[in-house]
Amino acid sequence: MSFQLIVFYSYAAVLIFSALMVVSSKHSVKSALFLVMGFVAASGIWMLLEAEFLAISLIVVYVGAVMVLLLFVVMMLDVDYAALRQGFVKKLPVALLISVLFLAVLYGITSSEEFSATQYVAPVAKAADYSNVKALGRVLYTEYILAFEIAAVILLVAIIAAIALTFRGRKNRKTQNISKQLEANKENRLKIVSIDPVVCDKEEDEEEMKTDEEASS
Amino acid sequence: MIELSDYLLLSAILFAISVAGIIINRKNVITLLMCIELMLLSVNTNFIAFSHFLEDIAGQVFVFFVLTVAAAEAAIGLAIIVVLFRNRATIDVEQLNQLKG
Repeated sequence: MSFQLIVFYSYAAVLIFSALMVVSSKHSVKSALFLVMGFVAASGIWMLLEAEFLAISLIVVYVGAVMVLLLFVVMMLDVDYAALRQGFVKKLPVALLISVLFLAVLYGITSSEEFSATQYVAPVAKAADYSNVKALGRVLYTEYILAFEIAAVILLVAIIAAIALTFRGRKNRKTQNISKQLEANKENRLKIVSIDPVVCDKEEDEEEMKTDEEASS
Repeated sequence: MIELSDYLLLSAILFAISVAGIIINRKNVITLLMCIELMLLSVNTNFIAFSHFLEDIAGQVFVFFVLTVAAAEAAIGLAIIVVLFRNRATIDVEQLNQLKG
């Protein structure tokens, strides 16, 4: 039994075990932590397939960012997880039936002659100086540059959407209240007072203006 | 040596488990999201296995974009769950029937 086989089977066993625990754990925090374990195992398998960059980015992006976000949300929400598991046993036979059928169909396909070792011969291992990152980067920045830019825009949209959804703002903001402004009418804003016109000479008028200015200042 | 069908069978098992998980945990939105992540992981494993055996790097580029979109999806999905919990105080899918769909 070669080293690669041992690595493959042990990581596959860890991956399947953690997937089962994700599905069947009582508490969401537990499932999230088992999902982290599954991602680490999957990253090992990807490493075996000579996809080093993606294996590392699976750890960095998923374990480092997405799962931390998920754990934050799971721990912030005050949910009665036990109540959410009602009907677990009732749904189990249906779920088992469907997944076993699914697996049977997929096994029939994957074990067929199309995907056998004669059709897909295992490639020769890459040389020690082969750089997966370089090879990936070369096609990513030339052939797939448009898709790459669109991926960047998708991430930007995700940032804005997540902030816009959860942003609540300050409580005592000094902003306009549009509906109150539109509600205002002439009657409760403007008061017309009738004053008797008084005839006076020029000097008195100027004096009056002076006192007015003083009062206002 | 490890054959292509071994990798395919592994990801098929993973996919079947997550399909079962979606059926079992139909109430808890967070677990549903995690099952979808598992599904994406199995699909990505398929992509990388084919990329390795066909010696074509395009499969890895696909996985790269799937990872990007999945990260965006997880961020928005969790934001929606937070808003949902704020408004309804529950994440039970069966109680979210206001649209009568």
